[in-house]
Amino acid sequence: MSNITNQSLSEILKSIKSKKISSLELTQEYIKNIENAKKLNAFVTTTFDKALENAKKFDNKPNNEQLLSGIPLAVKDLFCTENVKTTAGSNILNNFVPSYESTVTKNLWNNGAFLLGKLNCDEFAMGSSNETSFFGNVINPIGDHLVPGGSSGGSSSALAADLTPATIGTDTGGSIRQPASFTGTVGLKPTYGLCSRWGIVAFASSLDQAGPMTKTVNDCSIMLEAMSGFDDKDSTSINKKKESYSKNLKDNIKGLKIGIPKEYRVDNMPKEIDELWEKGKKILKDLGAQLIDISLPHTKYALPTYYIVAPAEASSNLARYDGVRYGYRSQKGKDLIEMYENTRSEGFGDEVKRRILIGTYVLSSGYYDAYYLKAQKVRQLIKKDFDDSFTKVDAILTPSTPSSAFKIGEKTNDPVSMYLNDIFTVPVNLAGLPALSLPAGLDKQGYPLGLQLIGKALDEQKILNIGYAFEKNCGYKNEIKKWWS
Amino acid sequence: MSKEKFDYFINGEKGKYEVVIGLEVHAQVLSNSKLFSGSSTKFGADPNKQVSLIDSAFPGMLPVINEECVKQAVRTGLGLNAKINNYSVFDRKNYFYADLPQGYQISQYKNPIVGEGKILLDMPYGSKEIGIERLHLEQDAGKSIHDMDPSSTYVDLNRSGIALMEIVSKPHLRSPDEVNAYIKKLRTIMRYLGTCDGNMQEGSLRADVNVSVRKLGDKNFGTRCEIKNVNSIKFMQMAIEYEANRQVELLEDGKEIDQETRLFDTKKNETRSMRSKEDAHDYRYFPDPDLLPLKLEQKLIDDLKKSLPELPDNKKERLIQEYGLNSYEANVLVSEKEISDYYEEVAKLSDKKLAATWMIGDLFAMLNDKGLNISNSPISAKNFAELVQSIKSGEISGRIAKEVFEIMVESGDNPKKIIESKGMKQQSDPKELEKMINEILSKNKDKVDQYKAGKEKLFGFFVGQVMKLSGGKANPQLTNEILKKLLKG
Repeated sequence: MSNITNQSLSEILKSIKSKKISSLELTQEYIKNIENAKKLNAFVTTTFDKALENAKKFDNKPNNEQLLSGIPLAVKDLFCTENVKTTAGSNILNNFVPSYESTVTKNLWNNGAFLLGKLNCDEFAMGSSNETSFFGNVINPIGDHLVPGGSSGGSSSALAADLTPATIGTDTGGSIRQPASFTGTVGLKPTYGLCSRWGIVAFASSLDQAGPMTKTVNDCSIMLEAMSGFDDKDSTSINKKKESYSKNLKDNIKGLKIGIPKEYRVDNMPKEIDELWEKGKKILKDLGAQLIDISLPHTKYALPTYYIVAPAEASSNLARYDGVRYGYRSQKGKDLIEMYENTRSEGFGDEVKRRILIGTYVLSSGYYDAYYLKAQKVRQLIKKDFDDSFTKVDAILTPSTPSSAFKIGEKTNDPVSMYLNDIFTVPVNLAGLPALSLPAGLDKQGYPLGLQLIGKALDEQKILNIGYAFEKNCGYKNEIKKWWS
Repeated sequence: MSKEKFDYFINGEKGKYEVVIGLEVHAQVLSNSKLFSGSSTKFGADPNKQVSLIDSAFPGMLPVINEECVKQAVRTGLGLNAKINNYSVFDRKNYFYADLPQGYQISQYKNPIVGEGKILLDMPYGSKEIGIERLHLEQDAGKSIHDMDPSSTYVDLNRSGIALMEIVSKPHLRSPDEVNAYIKKLRTIMRYLGTCDGNMQEGSLRADVNVSVRKLGDKNFGTRCEIKNVNSIKFMQMAIEYEANRQVELLEDGKEIDQETRLFDTKKNETRSMRSKEDAHDYRYFPDPDLLPLKLEQKLIDDLKKSLPELPDNKKERLIQEYGLNSYEANVLVSEKEISDYYEEVAKLSDKKLAATWMIGDLFAMLNDKGLNISNSPISAKNFAELVQSIKSGEISGRIAKEVFEIMVESGDNPKKIIESKGMKQQSDPKELEKMINEILSKNKDKVDQYKAGKEKLFGFFVGQVMKLSGGKANPQLTNEILKKLLKG
C-alpha cells in the first residue's frame, strides 16, 4: 500500500473500486508525497482539507461506476477552479479566486475525481521550461538541475514524482507534449475543440487545447474520456458524440500506415534523437504497421508562423488584465493610463511582456498584412500539408522534442533557442490536430526522450491505440529516485 | 403642397458651399439578452446589476452569439432593402478603457452581416434616396461615471456587451433637414420592424456625424471631420450647422481642414477637436478567434423576409391605393409606428378617409396643444373611431362633433354616451324638420317674399334660424334640401 502512488491511474482505480484502498488513504498518501516534495515547487496552491473531505464523502457513499471514482487530482493552475485561487503563474492573478469552475475540471469532478491542488506553470502558459512562473521555476524529478519542460511543467513534475495519479495541462504550442517528453510521461494534445476552453485562462484562443498527462496510454484514454465533450459555452467546441476511448483501446495496429515526414529531420538534431526515431519506427514496423515516407513541406515555416499568431492573440487576450475589475492593481499612478502602465508593468513578467509586444506589433496597422495575415495564410498551407498526408497515412511519427530536458537557466537568456524547443510540436497546434507524446527511451545522460504520434482531426482513438501497442513493446520504464524527500 | 427648392448652402465670400454629410448610427438591438451573454438588457437597472462574467471579461470567459440579435440585424437589413451577407466575421477592435472590460470590442470589420441598402426620404422638394453602406453588429461598452467622486471614476457595466447595429450611410445627405428626415425614417423603419426602440433619451440611438464641405459644383469631397456620439437630432443639426460653417471659414481663409475626430459641446453649441488623424487609435482589428465566422443559411434569410411586417413605404402606398388617402395624409399617418397603429385601429372601425382627416386635423392639433403624443392621447382609438362613425352616419354634424370631441378630451368618455346624455343627436327626421322650417317661414313672411324676389343670399338666414331653433342639431344637408323645396313652393 505504501507504494500505491507509484502505480498507474488505472491500477489505482482498480484498488479503489475493489476497496483495497480507500479514497481517504489514497489522498493521504498523495498529501504525504506532496509535502515531502516541496523542493520541486510543482504546486502553487494545495487544497488538502477539501480533498480529504471529498475523499471521505466518496468513501461514505462510493460510486464505482464513474471513470475517476474517488481519485484526487492536481491540475494546472490555468484552469479556473471555484473558490480556489487561480493564478496562471502570474503576479497579475496572484489574488484571483474564481467564482466558477472550468468546464474541463467540472467534467473531471462529475466523473468522480476531486481537486488536490493547483500546479505551477509558465506565466500564462508562455514558456517551455516553467521558468517564467511568478511562483518560481519547477524542478524536474529526473534531476535537480533540470527543467520539467513547459508550460505544463508543474503538471509533468508532479505526475513523474507521484504527487498526483494523473493530471491535465494545456497545449498551445507543445505545452503538454514537451514536458511529458522531458519527464518520461504520456501527454496528449487533443483535436482543437474536443475539450472546452471555457474557464481556462486564455493564451492563444485558436491554438489552446486542454489535454491529459498520465503515466500510461490507458490512463490517458481514461482522462481524455472524462475531460472532453461538447460545451455550448465555447463556440469553437465540436459537437459530437462522446467516445469511450479506454473501452475501445486496442493494441492491434497491423496494416496501419505510419507517415515519416522528412522535414522533421532538422539540422543539428542530436544523434540520439534520430536513433530514438529509428527505434520507434522499428517497433511499429515489427507490430505490422507500414512505414511511409511523407513530406510536410511547410514545416519550416511553422515556428515563425506560430510566433506571430500566438502572440497576436495573446496580446489581445491579456488586455483584460488591467487592474480595473479583479487581479493585481498597482497603487502607483495618478490617472487611468498610469494605473494601467504600472499594473501591467508590475503584474506581468518579461516573457509575457515580450509576447504582448510582439503581438501588438504584428497586428499594428502597416504590419498586419506582412505579418498576421501572411501567417494566417501559411497556417492554411501547414494545415493542407497534413490534410494531404492523411489521405495516405493513418498517423505520423516524429520526435516530440529536439532534445531532452535542459538545465535550469540554460536558455533563459536566449528566447529564440527556447522557442526552438517547440519545433516539432507547434505545427500540430497550427493544424488543430491531435498528437500524443510517448516516453520512448533515454539519452546518454539517462534523461527521457519522447516520440510524437500525430493523428487526423478527431482520430484520438487511433493514435491512442498505436501508442498503446507501442508502449507495450517499447519497454520504457520511468525509474525516478526520489532524491527530494 | 408647394414644392420648395432645395437650398441648403453656406454662402462664403468666394462662393456657395455644399455640405456633405454621412452618418454612422448606433442603434441598440431590441433583444432580451446581450450580444454574447445571457445578461438582461433592460434599461434603468441599478449599476452593475446586469453583468455576467462574460460582460466583465473574467479569465477564461468566452462569447457565444445570441441568435436573436443576428435575426434582428438581418430583419433591419431587409427593412433597408440591403444585401444580407451569408458569411460575416466578428473581429476584435482593441483599445484600453476602464469601461471596456475585455480590452477589445467585438465588432465586424471587413465582413459585415449586412451590405449595401437604401432609405427613401420624403423631402418637400421630392423624394430622395440615401444609400446605406453597411450594417454590422457590435458590442456596446460600459459607462464611465466621472462626476460621482472627485478623485475616482465609477464604472457601470450594465450596458457592456449589449448588441448594437452600426448603420453607416453613404455621404448622400446634404443638409440638417435631410439628416433629420433620415434619422426619423431609419428610426421608424426599425420601430416598425421591432428591431430597435429608437429611444434617443435612453441612448438606444446615437450617431457619429461625418461632415465635409465643398464648393458648389466640385466633384471631389472635401476633408471630413467626424463628430462623435451625438444623441439627439437637434444636436446633430446644430453640430452640422456649426461644423460646416467652421470648415467654410477655414477654407475662405485659405486654410486647410484637418481630418480629425471632434466632440459637440451642447452647452456652448460648438464642436471641439478630440483627436487628430495622427493621434487616431490603431485598433489592431483581427478576427476574434473565440468565435467562428457567422454563416447564415439562405432559408433563414428568406423566412425572415417572409415574416417581415409591412414597412412605412409599402403602407403609405396601400393607404393611397386602398384607403383613398392623398399622399400628404398617407405620409403623416405612416411617419411613426404609434401613429400608424392608432390610425389602423381607427380605420378598421370607421370611414378611412374621414378618420384620416379628423386625425390629422383635430386630433393632432389637440395633442400638439397639450404637448402630448399619440401613445398618451386622452382619446382612445376605439372612441375616436366611434366619433368618426357618428359623423359619417349623420348622427351628429361636424359642428356638434367638435363639441363632442372637446368633451371626449376632457372626460375620456365614449362619444355615444356624450351624445346621448347631452342630447346632441342630430335632427334628421324630415317630418320634424319640415314642421320646424314651416314655422320659421311663416314667422318670416317678409324675408320669404324678398327671397323669392331674387335676394337668394337670404337662404343662409333661413338655415341659421333652423339651427338656432334646433339648438344646432338639425341635419344641415337635410335642412338645405327641405328649405329649398319649401321656398320653391
